Amino acid sequence: MVRLLEETPLSGLDVVHGAVRLREMPSITRTWLAPYPGHERAMSHALKVAMGLSWPAPGEALEAGSVRLLWAGRAQAWLLGAEPARAFSAHGAVIDQTEGWVELELSGAGRADVLARLTPLDMAAAGFPEGRTARSLLGHVSALFAAGSEAMEIHVMRSMAHTAASDIEDAMRSVAARG
Amino acid sequence: MLIPCPLCGARDLREFTVKGSALTLDRPAADAMPEDWHGYLHLRDNPAGPSRELWWHGAGCGAWLVVQRNTVTHEILSVTLAEQEAGA
Repeated sequence: MVRLLEETPLSGLDVVHGAVRLREMPSITRTWLAPYPGHERAMSHALKVAMGLSWPAPGEALEAGSVRLLWAGRAQAWLLGAEPARAFSAHGAVIDQTEGWVELELSGAGRADVLARLTPLDMAAAGFPEGRTARSLLGHVSALFAAGSEAMEIHVMRSMAHTAASDIEDAMRSVAARG
Repeated sequence: MLIPCPLCGARDLREFTVKGSALTLDRPAADAMPEDWHGYLHLRDNPAGPSRELWWHGAGCGAWLVVQRNTVTHEILSVTLAEQEAGA
């Protein structure tokens, strides 16, 4: 019998340059939620009932146990770590994106310096504190950033994973070379 | 140039794409006179001063914005979500 091996988009990338570490995070259940016009409150209510989370404000990341809800754009949010409830699809588009996106984690003291070379956003802790999300550019790649206490989560489309990882590694090397 | 997106805050120009005059929000009725459609499709002012344009925050939240800005000084006068202006 043929045994198929599961491969992740970046084959478990885990690199350190200087004081910064970049690694690919394990895939988790990821659902894109986009309420229909006029159904925003109904979607929020359905989320509250099923997950204990209400619809996130722009730039907000919410957490309830192992379930996370990240704001992901105008009238869009991502549900991470849980299967969506059937009730959601009455109020908006509910699309499985588990295989479609990759999560990278950038940790270490110099991570804001690395990101400063790639994104127009100010990624220092004062400007982008824990619990915030933002859609922006990472080089040429559209990305979603979510700030943690010790690391930055960077979500990119799977098709762009190698470009994003290569750009980040280049920036890490440049920052490390400057000491 | 920074454009203050109502959802994302002040963001760099490279996240945005400009469409052109916000005139296109006011689509004539299907049975409007040919002159109205001609104006809607083809005729544009070329203002030196305040202008009203549609911008797309494509590399950010994905919202369409109505940006009023001064083409001479690059000052941004106001930014609103196009969905509010269009009533959509």
